[in-house]
Amino acid sequence: MKKFTRRSVLKSAAVAGTLPLLGKSAFAADPLKVAFVYLGPIGDHGWTYAHEQGRVAAVEKFGGAIEATYVENVDEGPDSERVVRRLVEEGNDLIFTTSFGYMNPTLKVAKRNKEVKFEHATGYQQAPNMSTYNLRFYEGRAVCGTIAGHMSKSATAGYIASFPIPEVVMGINAFTLAARRVNPDFKTNVLWVSSWYDPAKEADAAKALIDQGADIISQHTDSPAALQACEQRNLMAFGQAWDMSSFAPNAHLTAIRNNWGVYYIDRIQKVLDEKWESGDTWWGFQQGAIEMTPYNKRIPADVVAAAEAVRTGLADGSGNAFSGPIKDQAGEVRLEEGALTDGDLHKMEWYVEGVQS
Amino acid sequence: MNDTILISILMTIVGASTPILLAAIGELIVEKSGVLNLGIEGMMLIGAVTGFAVATTTGQPVLAILVAMLAAMAASFLFGYLTLTLTANQVATGLALTIFGIGLSSLMGESYVGKTTEVFGSWFPSGLAEHPQLRVIFGYSPIVYFSLIMTVAVSYFLRKTRAGLILRAVGESDISAHSIGYSVIGVRYAAVLFGGAMAGIAGCYYSLVLTPLWSEELTAGRGWIALALVVFSAWRPGRLLLGAYLFGAVMTLELHAKAAGFSYVAPEMLAAMPYLATIAVLALISLKKSGASAAPACLTKPFKPNA
Repeated sequence: MKKFTRRSVLKSAAVAGTLPLLGKSAFAADPLKVAFVYLGPIGDHGWTYAHEQGRVAAVEKFGGAIEATYVENVDEGPDSERVVRRLVEEGNDLIFTTSFGYMNPTLKVAKRNKEVKFEHATGYQQAPNMSTYNLRFYEGRAVCGTIAGHMSKSATAGYIASFPIPEVVMGINAFTLAARRVNPDFKTNVLWVSSWYDPAKEADAAKALIDQGADIISQHTDSPAALQACEQRNLMAFGQAWDMSSFAPNAHLTAIRNNWGVYYIDRIQKVLDEKWESGDTWWGFQQGAIEMTPYNKRIPADVVAAAEAVRTGLADGSGNAFSGPIKDQAGEVRLEEGALTDGDLHKMEWYVEGVQS
Repeated sequence: MNDTILISILMTIVGASTPILLAAIGELIVEKSGVLNLGIEGMMLIGAVTGFAVATTTGQPVLAILVAMLAAMAASFLFGYLTLTLTANQVATGLALTIFGIGLSSLMGESYVGKTTEVFGSWFPSGLAEHPQLRVIFGYSPIVYFSLIMTVAVSYFLRKTRAGLILRAVGESDISAHSIGYSVIGVRYAAVLFGGAMAGIAGCYYSLVLTPLWSEELTAGRGWIALALVVFSAWRPGRLLLGAYLFGAVMTLELHAKAAGFSYVAPEMLAAMPYLATIAVLALISLKKSGASAAPACLTKPFKPNA
């Protein structure tokens, strides 16, 4: 497997420029060329790491039928457009761009290169040759909320949040709704830290929330610092994006793991079968695209059973994280019965009852 | 608000202030000698990763801090060689040092991501260090006390010692200092190395005390706050101490106020406070006619003894 850094790809521009005829080859025996654009380093043990695991899973599945390369540490914005363009010039047939900020650059390149297929993660812009995809992380939040509802003695969770975008808001709401189904008095105290990643600030935020009465911490930021703060104070917390239990063996209850490989394998298979179509995909427990990491042994068996009941309900479609009745922060009924639609979730900018923000 | 919360908040403030104080006190000496090193963030990261690596492999926090200090000094020596010996542009070289530090620390730390280490905690007996009230005095890592001692020492050094006077002379008028026989380059090298050492320890404070882990860009821009702080303090150690705790208090109280449900000020506004305060202080300094507290006259000016 060839490893490209951003720089080497940019350098290869010169070569690509002098050999325009070698750009795209259409020999049947050639492997399908797939490329991934990553925001961080593959060793970040977070967002990019999870995508890389997905790429590796696809390579294991398809072997020589595909050639899957990646470019890591690509900044969002204009830089990414250059990288995506190079990947097209290098003859890739399918390109996954794995961060929200790649949306417009990807769309721009997609419009000019109709024969190449693009897949953009977490965005909302599509084109005939550009799909969007995301995972239903909020389903995992509902499982965490169920555990929190049972485990919290103060009936108060602290929630370290990054930015008030629908993705984060729906996570807070799913968590709180699930916890309040267990304990109707449950409260979620949300603290916005205006950063995806700032370990010292995340740790201080956890301490502030704990001082205000939270005994369990959930987070939508990327570092394990809050878990360490909880471990030091003998409290509980949920990991983010991967199993962070090594940082807090006692405090870490469980975490939501992103399993992008399921989606990548599906989409690559569709291209190989010539059945690929543009669309929007949002997978969760049902497709195995998100999973819970092993539950901490400190969680009593009946709580594990309750959490598993929520998980299996979401997986087989019998449960819904956003089923009515749902009241908002002000106590007004937002939904009598049924469940919120995906469209509602994508635009979610209000908080359910029990959220303090 | 009860005692426990108050003490907890105070301790968080000390935790947030200590590393920026340490890094800033190092930079203060560097700038007093007439050199501007914008590479604090990079040196802190190099210190953080080497300290963490040594601590996880040997379990010796003191050794870890020494190694981190040396590693950051090596980085600052590189900066010194480029800017002092080769007289490269200090601003550009400092920025390059930060970028280099971010990259190098990521590379060095790759195999340490996902590991954790013991908190380098208080050396006082647990009766004092974990006492519900007295922990506000005794419950800190030795690095905290070290940062306070260094502040006093630097203040004394600059005001009362001959060496301090020479350092200031080199920073204010390199040619005069040179003409009466002092080695301008030598003094500046020493200052730059001291700055590196302090930044290295400051970095360690993150990876060994505040958040005992390593991940990329662990310090998340605190080096820039330290840099702003030096200007904020108008190059005076006493004000630097005050400023560091003020910045630390703003950062901490912002979180506590929000967690307690006070949200009258936008969080972005509070986050911008340290920088706004620095700009305000700069404006105030320039309004003052005396100029006594302003920047060292030779700041960023390269010195070529044979020119």
